[in-house]
Amino acid sequence: MEKLTHSNLAVDARKLVKIFGDNRAVDGVDLQVPEGSIYGVLGPNGAGKTTTINILATLLNADGGTAKIFGHDVRKEAQVVRQLIGLTGQSASVDENLSATENLIIFSRLLGFNRKAAKKKATELLEKFNLTEAAKRPLAKFSGGMRRRLDLAASLIAQPPLIFLDEPTTGLDPRTRNQMWETIRELVSTGSTVLLTTQYLDEADQLADRIAVIDRGKVVAEGTPNELKTSVGLATLQLRIARQKDVENTLEVVGKILKTNAQYIEPMLITAPMADPERVTDLLMELRKANIRLAEVSVQKPTLDEVFLTITGHDTKEKVKELDNG
Amino acid sequence: MDNTQKIIPAEERQLKNHITTRQVIHDSLVMAYRAIRKMRRNPEQFSDVTIQPIIFTLMFTYIFGGAIAGNVHNYLPIIIPGILAMTVLTTSLVTGVQIREDMDKGVFNRFRSMPMSRIAPLAGALLADVIRYGIATILTLLMGYILGWRPGGGFEYLVIGALLTVLVAWCISWIFAFIGMIARTSASVQGIAFLVLFPLTFLSNAFIPVKTLPGWLQAFVKVNPISHLVSAVRELANQGIIGHDFWYCLLGAAIIVAIFAPLTVRAYMRKA
Repeated sequence: MEKLTHSNLAVDARKLVKIFGDNRAVDGVDLQVPEGSIYGVLGPNGAGKTTTINILATLLNADGGTAKIFGHDVRKEAQVVRQLIGLTGQSASVDENLSATENLIIFSRLLGFNRKAAKKKATELLEKFNLTEAAKRPLAKFSGGMRRRLDLAASLIAQPPLIFLDEPTTGLDPRTRNQMWETIRELVSTGSTVLLTTQYLDEADQLADRIAVIDRGKVVAEGTPNELKTSVGLATLQLRIARQKDVENTLEVVGKILKTNAQYIEPMLITAPMADPERVTDLLMELRKANIRLAEVSVQKPTLDEVFLTITGHDTKEKVKELDNG
Repeated sequence: MDNTQKIIPAEERQLKNHITTRQVIHDSLVMAYRAIRKMRRNPEQFSDVTIQPIIFTLMFTYIFGGAIAGNVHNYLPIIIPGILAMTVLTTSLVTGVQIREDMDKGVFNRFRSMPMSRIAPLAGALLADVIRYGIATILTLLMGYILGWRPGGGFEYLVIGALLTVLVAWCISWIFAFIGMIARTSASVQGIAFLVLFPLTFLSNAFIPVKTLPGWLQAFVKVNPISHLVSAVRELANQGIIGHDFWYCLLGAAIIVAIFAPLTVRAYMRKA
């Protein structure tokens, strides 16, 4: 029984600790990532995401706790673990001074491919990641998106069953970000397990089967995206009215239909927590009946800031400020 | 194509937790190949082995030639071996800086996460740098020839002298590699390395006759390994003699490697 649960976990980290000076960068992190899933680690800058990944990818030794990759200890069997993982780091883990082809060939050779097989693998991956045209150009001329794609391609050479993606879309434009998401989904469909870190709730929501929220080196919440969002709270309905004189009426109608306290935030802007989207239809009809003109209607989803505020009692900006000072 | 290809699950893979000597050699050669590709991509990084030997040779020959040897022609047999030593020493300094720069880059994290030999990036870089020392050596000797130096020892001895220089440079590069490992940043590597480099080159017999120096300084110059290298190359190139200095040189180089290679490897493994 014991053995079965072990083999079903791609990552099994318990009470990981990493201390830099007097900063407990990772402070008792537990992570259990089931095989074949996308697991998101969500948190602001400096929360300990990258340090955690670096411990799991055998780049750093933990000061406490244990971590197993497919049942292999990252410390005692580092070399085995390295045969099972691919790492796409936050700072592009490719060689700036070489071309895309040269990069892939060198990594392939180091992974045991012979000259011919390495060349074939490089061509194949460049094609798959739409980089064939840029293959011979030095990376200095690559866009952020191309660099990330090459980085990911390099992580897939040995077709590892577990892939670490450290903030794979930070700094990418929306279109490139969507492409990256698509690629990550494809990966999992071939049987890979993906552990990704992100600063965006949206991204974790889109991709991950499960999410761990991490803050100040600790996992502060864990669950499916839906569980997490419910724990965070509701989306907010924002109504911008066209005429100042409708304020009182609007507040009354919103209160009546949504059965919550609507708030008058700034001139012409009224917000209310939205539990059931169905009710919004009723609300809009009622507003029309009351002859209230709207300038704009929008729904604000809970943001990472709100997740943090709710779960940890402090927001991400405060955290960033603290880090700057410290 | 690849999308349909299923990934082999972890439990069905053949895994091993050790690295064979063959793999170490293979990986080191691949890393040396990588370093050479990088050199080819960035010819400006070559300035220390291309432009520097030319400028040093011209500069020192014409500045000191008249004052020290009466004229430029008589100075050449003295100065060329001196500049040769200085040039390869400066080149070996760059080794330390570059290894450190490489280690601070993102790509190094990938190497560290791969099932490859840990020591290969260091070994590969040191190996590839032999080419740089070779280029610097050949260019300096060529410059000397252009300026009118005709080494009296003959071609064979000149080649032995060149090989000795490359070997000593490689051995000394371990010192700079070690500084590269322990310094806080790659910029500070350069600073510390120059502190080592300047006394070694200028407090030697590379440019001037030792007899002109005060006694206490002569004492240092005589034990300075660079002096032995310069003397050995002078004897080889100008007279075709393998003298005491040749053997002192090899001994000194071996001692440097014996001390700094283990230190460097240990510091490197702690970081890598």
